[in-house]
Amino acid sequence: MAVLTEEQSMLRDAAKSWVQEKSPVTAFRKMRDSGVEIGYDVAAWNEMAEMGWAGVIIPEEYGGSNFGYLSLGLVLEELGRTLTASPLIASGLGAASALILGGSESQKGEWLPKIADGSVVAALAVDEGPHHKPEKVEATVSGGKLTGKKVFVLEGMAANVFVVSAKEGGKIELYLVKADDAGVKRTKLSLADSRGAANVEFNGAAADKLTGGAELLEKVLDRARAGIAAEMLGAATQAFEVTLDYLKTRVQFGQVIGSFQALQHRAAKMFTELELARSAVEAALTAIDNDSPDVPELVSLSKAKMGDTFHLISNEMVQMHGGIGMTDAHDAGFYLKRARAAEAAFGNQAYHRDRYAKIQGY
Amino acid sequence: MADFGGTDLEGFRTEVRSWVEANFPASLKGKPNPMAREERHDPTPDQEAWRKAVGEKGWGTPTWPKAYGGGGLSSAEARIVQGEFARAGAYNPIGGMGVMMFGPTLLEYGTEAQKLEHIPPICRGEIAWCQGFSEPGAGSDLASLQTKAEDKGDHFVINGQKIWTSGAQWADWCFCLVRTDTSKKHEGISFVLFTMHQPGVEVRPIPLIAGSSPFCETFFTDAIAHKKDLVGPLNGGWTIAKRLLQHERSGLTGAGGGLGSGGKPLEQLAKEYVGLDEQGRLDDQDLRTRLVTNAMNWRAFQQTAVRAMMEAKGNSGPSSATSIMKNAGTQLIQERHEMALEIMGHQGLGWEGDAFKREELEAVRGWLFGKAFTIFGGSQEVQSNIVSKRILGLPDLTQAN
Repeated sequence: MAVLTEEQSMLRDAAKSWVQEKSPVTAFRKMRDSGVEIGYDVAAWNEMAEMGWAGVIIPEEYGGSNFGYLSLGLVLEELGRTLTASPLIASGLGAASALILGGSESQKGEWLPKIADGSVVAALAVDEGPHHKPEKVEATVSGGKLTGKKVFVLEGMAANVFVVSAKEGGKIELYLVKADDAGVKRTKLSLADSRGAANVEFNGAAADKLTGGAELLEKVLDRARAGIAAEMLGAATQAFEVTLDYLKTRVQFGQVIGSFQALQHRAAKMFTELELARSAVEAALTAIDNDSPDVPELVSLSKAKMGDTFHLISNEMVQMHGGIGMTDAHDAGFYLKRARAAEAAFGNQAYHRDRYAKIQGY
Repeated sequence: MADFGGTDLEGFRTEVRSWVEANFPASLKGKPNPMAREERHDPTPDQEAWRKAVGEKGWGTPTWPKAYGGGGLSSAEARIVQGEFARAGAYNPIGGMGVMMFGPTLLEYGTEAQKLEHIPPICRGEIAWCQGFSEPGAGSDLASLQTKAEDKGDHFVINGQKIWTSGAQWADWCFCLVRTDTSKKHEGISFVLFTMHQPGVEVRPIPLIAGSSPFCETFFTDAIAHKKDLVGPLNGGWTIAKRLLQHERSGLTGAGGGLGSGGKPLEQLAKEYVGLDEQGRLDDQDLRTRLVTNAMNWRAFQQTAVRAMMEAKGNSGPSSATSIMKNAGTQLIQERHEMALEIMGHQGLGWEGDAFKREELEAVRGWLFGKAFTIFGGSQEVQSNIVSKRILGLPDLTQAN
């Protein structure tokens, strides 16, 4: 855990206690069983917004607290522990970053205060195929109208406004498109991790351009990637702790299974990977706060390392729990499913290893 | 750090910079530390002058107390010294086991007289220390050691054998674990110091798979250790040994960081030997993936070292991240050694001779010697035991430490 300021410690503690009291994994299970279309509990999201979490990175003049990305990462980590479903990453992190970095005064004034108070949910619509390839954009804009298809849009069913990548005159740009535009059609995706997502078709929808082009897109994606890595850190940490606890209580052959060296060393391996991944995640968030030039490589490092780590731990969680870990009644499956969805979001490990090598010149 | 604002630190930097300019011999610029391999060397006058100059300042051991010959600097100032040395292409001539393990341990556990006697020569780089820990029958299970010390009033008489005593053939003094009580295991071990220059000490170097090595067998036949050189209480050596091993492990994990071979980054080697394709990617996709995975893990490892340091300072008490460092670091280094060989292809298999460049021959020896990293200083398996039991709290069926 990074060395925190007093405000950051308070924010983290508030998030920790809210998550434990109001949003344990049973809340996620209830949401899943309810089959709610948007993929999260609105009442819980309203409570989160009331506590100011949707505005952590948003400047104060637009209704936020301007606490920065590491601070938001602390909240996301706590939410990740219990798999709390919310549009915080899509809206309060991804779309908010796009507006902060690329919005005009009037665009910021129109959207940021509503994102900060949770009354508007915004979502990033940047992928067009089964793999994350943000530079491959078929959607186009002409005469202020956007046409194209976006897939796997996180919180796509809940969104009131989309931040969409599209080409205008052959150049990638980001646009704001309102969800209630007659030219927008969305289809709910039912995914293994039970979180909200949609495919979205744009058919001559009115598009309001942000400033910054492909560079802005990368910056926005890097912020979303670092944020989702923070959520994954919380989830992986919780999955590891639950598994470790099971190793200390499950008895077979007359002793707790955690006394077997074969399992001990695998536990030590998970702990090692978790420590390395935590460093990478915290370093990436800190680099964003410092607007450091190595943000792209540090973010790719954090997403890839966290992806590998959550992958390992989610598999081990099921394996070490044995039969009970295979049942739907146990939480292990939730972590396994969330791990793969989070790994794929905004570039999986292979994507970010490739990107890191390119940045290093090989 | 507390007593220096940014401005004062800049003043200190200026001071260090001009001192380095005045004292660092130009002939040594960019040269490695001749002592780094714990090999015997006959220093040139310039090397000797540089060692003495740094030794007098205490800047080779910058954060150790001034009273014992250290630099008495804050860690921020120490980083400045380090940075200015690097800027001038200057190595730190003060090193070895005295600096890495024994000094920090004695500063913690030694008496005032012991510190005054033994620490200053370490700071000046005058005395080489070796570590008498492992024995033929006491490797991973170190506490089963048998080398015996008999109490003879004002001194101990020592009989037995140590092994893997790095640099024993060039060492002046030995810090040694000896058995002073045979009725107990851990509580029968004492930590003593004695000179290697005495008749009862015999040293035989051990050739390893990498060729010659600094490792030795060391035999004690009625060797003498004076009572004043008993560190800590009689039969209280195990606690001190464990502390020393922590210093050893944190030192070992940092070793060989920039490793490819000949100091050249592995990525650079790969570009030279393997080449890039039209898209600017390494022309071996399989290697590229493994290389970048290792490079990213290495970066995360370095980030963890920084985090552990900041947490230890900021959150009071050591960071749990420290416990993973030896295994994580040594495994990554071994992977890099393996990849260096693979990258060089047939040129990475030379044992000696003019057909091979120096960096190629060093890659082969480095690869072989590197196999020791996961064995010495607490094997990989012992480290995993330590993490699972001490950090994760899993049960210990063997009751071994």
